Amino acid sequence: MASILKTRDLSREFGGLIAVDSVNLDIEENSLVGLIGPNGAGKTTLFNLLTGVYEPTRGMIMLQAEKSFTSIGGMKPYQITKMGLARTFQNIRLFKNKSVLDNVKIAMHKDIQYGVVAGILRLPSFFKEENRVHEMAMELLNEVHLADKANELAKNLPYGEQRRLEIARALATKPKILFLDEPAAGMNPQETKELTDLIRHIREQFKVTIILIEHDMSLVMNLCEKIYVLNYGECIACGTPEEIKNNPKVIEAYLGEDD
Amino acid sequence: MKKGLLTKQNLCWVLLVAVVFGALQGLISAGIINPIYQTALMQIGINIILAVSLNLIIGITGQFSLGHAGFMCIGAYATGVMMKQGSPDIMGVLIGMAIGMAISAVIALIVAVPTLRLRGDYLAIATLGFGEIIRIVILNMDITNGAAGLVLPKVVTWQMIFIAVVICTVVIVNFGTSAPGRACIAIREDEIAAEAMGINTTKYKIIAFVIGAMVAAVAGSLYASSFYVIKPEMYTFNKSIDILVIVVFGGMGSVTGSFIAATVIGLINTFLQSFSSIRMIVYGAVLVLIMIFRPSGLLGTKEFTFSALFEKFEKNKEGK
Repeated sequence: MASILKTRDLSREFGGLIAVDSVNLDIEENSLVGLIGPNGAGKTTLFNLLTGVYEPTRGMIMLQAEKSFTSIGGMKPYQITKMGLARTFQNIRLFKNKSVLDNVKIAMHKDIQYGVVAGILRLPSFFKEENRVHEMAMELLNEVHLADKANELAKNLPYGEQRRLEIARALATKPKILFLDEPAAGMNPQETKELTDLIRHIREQFKVTIILIEHDMSLVMNLCEKIYVLNYGECIACGTPEEIKNNPKVIEAYLGEDD
Repeated sequence: MKKGLLTKQNLCWVLLVAVVFGALQGLISAGIINPIYQTALMQIGINIILAVSLNLIIGITGQFSLGHAGFMCIGAYATGVMMKQGSPDIMGVLIGMAIGMAISAVIALIVAVPTLRLRGDYLAIATLGFGEIIRIVILNMDITNGAAGLVLPKVVTWQMIFIAVVICTVVIVNFGTSAPGRACIAIREDEIAAEAMGINTTKYKIIAFVIGAMVAAVAGSLYASSFYVIKPEMYTFNKSIDILVIVVFGGMGSVTGSFIAATVIGLINTFLQSFSSIRMIVYGAVLVLIMIFRPSGLLGTKEFTFSALFEKFEKNKEGK
């Protein structure tokens, strides 16, 4: 299968600390990739590099766009989102005081075909677009089973539903690649199982590539086709769940050395 | 669910505006609102425009600006100079207003690009500085007659201010409820998430700031042509604080809150005029009480809407 995202020698330093050190990723189209590693290994920093929150100190990020690779390293987050990368956050970052529906509508921003003037003067394009956006947002909420809560404030949703709304919101930007930062954090086993099904369903339905950071090993091993393991910013292993389970370096990183 | 211009809610708003206009007209004709109260009414109208425009910047977009008086000052002086040098009639006011809005927009753009990178208190201090710079430049120009200010004829009537209030509010509410407005609210709620959702945050902060500044210029222009005198000292940062008080009092992000707050504060000021020695004490006490009992302002971020009212009505019906 063809790659959709590649990084070469991707590094980020904070002062003397090397948070991400020469990471080379090869992400295949429509694959489900896991990113694991002990706390402080640099997983979220890597996500932040890929989605433009941080600029790389060194190295390249290449995104497949219309049959050729474009470098997206150093672009602003909103530009990267327009290129087709979307994310959720480790510590949920919804627009808390807006309705569930508005959260999704906000994320459809780049698709909306009217400007400030048409909005103020309420030209026909405003109504046409708003109706279209409304329907699309409701469809998305249906996918994540939140349609009946469309008018509730985001902050009033229970935790698991907030996580699902974050996924719906990320999908609303019509991504080619979806980054999920610890989607199962704080969920009970039942919720985690539902989430696993949802992630599989999303990949089929929206034809997206999914890259996720997760500490819940059962979810990662069960869901991901390929896993990258980070430790102290370096990529120490990469392979199928079976390979990773039996990799001595990974076991050492998680459990410490055997004397 | 198809939405258009002709909804029940919009018709209700038009009806409400017409009823308020009719009531005011009736009270004035009957002599119940005497000329003194009529002046207060015009002041309230201008304060509503100022508060609603500042609400767009502070309440909706979440950018704390303390330079609003500066943009009002530009509008006032553009109109004042136009009336002095050009025609002291309604045409002069309208041309002056348009020029004031244009200058305000340009200045706002110049101010916004460097300052909107700042956050919170830093932004407040920077905009405060810019507001003062505008005032001091006007203070030192010949055409504005320096500290003595301009004496102008009264051209604008309360009806014109009423219409201006309606137009300015519709512009800002329509902006706030369209996709660009949603982008601004997203910036207020969580800037990092907004940017991750594909919103160019700098662009929308600037748009909101410029629209707010242009509407403030309209208010300045109306003030200049209805209160006889304008002086630079009227537009110190105290004026910006006065507008801020209305916005906070009404609830940041609530346009209907700004309406109520501007009216209540205007009425308090008017009725306390005969007790001028204790006026500021009572005024201060009222503000303190409101902040204790309603820390997020009278309405918080809520809006009074007819659709919410209808929903309540429906629910009550179902309940019975």
